[in-house]
Amino acid sequence: MLSRRFLSKLLSPNGAKNFKRSLAIGSKIPELTKDRYPVRRGEFAILNKEHLQFFTDLLGTQRVVTDPAECESYNIDWIRSVRGYSTCILKPKTTEEVSKILSFCNDHRIAVCPQGGNTGLVGGSVPVFDEVVLNTALMNQIYDINDTSGVLICQAGCVLENLDTALAERGLMMPLDLGAKGSCHLGGNVSTNAGGLRLLRYGNLHGSVLGLEAVKADGQIVDLLSTLKKDNTGFHLKHLFIGSEGALGIVTKIAIQCPAKPKAVNLAFLGLNSFENILKVLTQAKRDLGEVLASCEMIDESTLEVCTDNLKLKSPISNFPFYMLIETHGSNNEHDQEKLNGFLEDVMGNGLVLDGTVTNEPSKMKNIWDLRERITEGFIQDGYVFKYDVSLPIENFYSLVPEMRQRLANDEEVVRISGYGHLGDGNVHFQVSCRQFSQNILNKIEPFVYEFTSKLRGSISAEHGIGFRKPKYVHYSKSAESIVIMKQLKEMFDPNGILNPYKVIPN
Amino acid sequence: MARVLVGVKRVIDYAVKIRVKPDKSGVVTDGVKHSMNPFDEIAVEEAVRMKEKKIASEVIAVSCGPAQSQEVLRTALAMGVDKGIHVEVSGPEYETLQPIHVSKILAKIAQNEKIDVIIVGKQAIDDDCNQTAQMTAGVLDWPQGTFASKIEKGDKDITITREVDGGLEVIKCKLPAVLSADLRLNEPRYATLPNIMKAKKKPIQKLTPKDLGVDVSPRIKIISVEDPPTRQAGQIVPDVDNLISKLKEAGHC
Ligand SMILES: Cc1cc2nc3c(=O)[nH]c(=O)nc-3n(C[C@H](O)[C@H](O)[C@H](O)COP(=O)(O)OP(=O)(O)OC[C@H]3O[C@@H](n4cnc5c(N)ncnc54)[C@H](O)[C@@H]3O)c2cc1C
Ligand SMILES: Cc1cc2nc3c(=O)[nH]c(=O)nc-3n(C[C@H](O)[C@H](O)[C@H](O)COP(=O)(O)OP(=O)(O)OC[C@H]3O[C@@H](n4cnc5c(N)ncnc54)[C@H](O)[C@@H]3O)c2cc1C
Repeated sequence: MLSRRFLSKLLSPNGAKNFKRSLAIGSKIPELTKDRYPVRRGEFAILNKEHLQFFTDLLGTQRVVTDPAECESYNIDWIRSVRGYSTCILKPKTTEEVSKILSFCNDHRIAVCPQGGNTGLVGGSVPVFDEVVLNTALMNQIYDINDTSGVLICQAGCVLENLDTALAERGLMMPLDLGAKGSCHLGGNVSTNAGGLRLLRYGNLHGSVLGLEAVKADGQIVDLLSTLKKDNTGFHLKHLFIGSEGALGIVTKIAIQCPAKPKAVNLAFLGLNSFENILKVLTQAKRDLGEVLASCEMIDESTLEVCTDNLKLKSPISNFPFYMLIETHGSNNEHDQEKLNGFLEDVMGNGLVLDGTVTNEPSKMKNIWDLRERITEGFIQDGYVFKYDVSLPIENFYSLVPEMRQRLANDEEVVRISGYGHLGDGNVHFQVSCRQFSQNILNKIEPFVYEFTSKLRGSISAEHGIGFRKPKYVHYSKSAESIVIMKQLKEMFDPNGILNPYKVIPN
Repeated sequence: MARVLVGVKRVIDYAVKIRVKPDKSGVVTDGVKHSMNPFDEIAVEEAVRMKEKKIASEVIAVSCGPAQSQEVLRTALAMGVDKGIHVEVSGPEYETLQPIHVSKILAKIAQNEKIDVIIVGKQAIDDDCNQTAQMTAGVLDWPQGTFASKIEKGDKDITITREVDGGLEVIKCKLPAVLSADLRLNEPRYATLPNIMKAKKKPIQKLTPKDLGVDVSPRIKIISVEDPPTRQAGQIVPDVDNLISKLKEAGHC
């Protein structure tokens, strides 16, 4: 069926693909992190011949990348905001190899940057200086999918979308979904406690990850790979590795609880006039759609333009100040459609929603989701993007955007100030894009954004983590006591500080 | 103003992975998401634009198939078509329904409805036949303009820009005529909520091939449906020299 394949390319040129590599190449290369930011290299060893010899003896020459051109894409993050200058990328296949690498690095004080799909948005996944990159791309084995319990066991380097495809064959689905699915690794998702597009329905990874295996900085393998839904034996150590961004250890295997793949999926894309109406529609969606509501996202007009103008995607409706995406998952399409149609007729009837479309055709749903999932990619074309990921009380969800528009009203360097995000979870992605990096703009945004968020008792990092960009701002969301405990844990798990130095933990 | 007929086929959605039935008698369709054949969507869009430009007075969509075909008719109605006709063909009869049958059905309806222009997709993405427009023109003895990437209606004739190998061909033909839509003819719209709601009240007429005097007895027998051969796993070679020697070994250079 040639035409089917041809069509899926032509009608949807934006299909899931690995755009990571192509992004780093051929477009502007960011300044070296060490030059752009005031940061000093730690007392770590400089890589020498003996070190490299050890790595090649262990992995062979193929899995030790030293060619500078090839190293480059591992040194630059997805949104091209930071750049390290590592000259050594390691690609282990097994936990034992990870263990031997770490034990050697720990003994020789070699700093290590754990890396999955390198789609992280806070500069955590690439070296700051010359840290050795430990990339999990070849740790991509699926060990087991249990049809009855829905438990998937796999290696940390499995690409999220590949897992979803494998699960679909068995009538199951990953509990998380995000725009980076074609590139990000499950290990990276777990290490950042990624949220994504269906968290509203399926909860976060602290709930769905049943167990994991990790390697500590000294090479010790910690087996927490329980596959049990209930396991109250002792402390729940797995949670320390979920969301700790490679600071405490390297996650090597994961057991995750997967829900049944919904038989009925419907998606509505709506146009609205005001943020107040968005809140009303959200409330009504929760009430009227109840148990079938799976996603509730919002996009403002300026954000949608990065898709329609920069990426040339087509919007199903004309322009409105705000848009919402509402997806339902259920087991009976007639039932879901009846609910959804009733809801839509209501919100159209009472004037909350001005226009929209609704579909259950997979191809159309995919094209509509592209308008949400490809936003991050679209922003890159503006130039440089200052990206923030905050949780705010729902009434204040959008308040950062008007506030910042006022603050930066006279700055001509700014291309766009906009907000979109996981409305149902109270998590807004706020960004200011400029033609290029600007210290002046940065000074006007930070720490203002964090102070603003903190005053509203929000979180300065809802789902992307702390990485390189935010350690000094952690205190806006965490008490002094909890920061002390974080430091003590770091000291205990990684006394030499070789894992992801300069990141996550405040100085 | 012209009366326009469009054909809309319900096919497995192009984003869905196709599975062959274990007994190789066909592909699995139960519980599989379907949608309107993408080329038919383009045909509908063109017809609706003709109506919006007041070139067309009425647009009628026809779908031949099982009861669920009404879903694609509803989509067509929500896109702006005025009336739907569902020609019910189901079960084993539908499995062997071919362009030869569909073209006779379309021809008959075109005559009954006094149609001036028939637009269908250039092919359906399930059987890839690319025959319906041509056969319908044959049955009616009307001129045909296939693979249209541009349609301009004149008073008594219609000008069609066709995508042909190596370029474009512009032809003019008399009305009534049969046209088939190519990918670049237009970009179909999404059905919007107000129109989806309005579409619920638009009429869908139900007919059978018998009502139209069309014999749909099978002209083919399906012997076996097979998966395409699976692509052999690739091999990673360490360098160019190695690549060349491997290619030589395999007799490729
Ligand atoms: C287009 C796009 C959309 C996104 N959407 C969302 C979203 O909706 N929700 C959301 O939460 N995030 C989102 N993100 C950011 C998100 O954090 C990442 O996409 C993803 O979770 C990171 O996975 P990764 O494999 O790319 O990890 P990387 O980027 O490689 O690494 C992320 C961090 O985890 C560490 N790490 C990676 N693997 C391991 C491991 N095995 N063990 C220990 N540490 C490890 C790294 O050192 C780094 O600190 C998005 C990113 C993009 C580019
Ligand atoms: C009839 C019955 C039915 C039950 N059914 C279930 C069931 O379905 N599922 C289930 O999981 N359990 C069940 N349990 C056991 C369950 O653990 C307890 O009922 C409940 O969770 C304990 O609450 P509690 O306030 O009584 O705690 P306690 O019994 O007082 O304490 C339990 C433990 O927690 C500690 N603790 C108590 N409060 C605190 C605190 N504030 N901070 C720190 N430590 C504290 C105590 O030192 C002790 O170690 C059942 C028990 C009974 C008697």
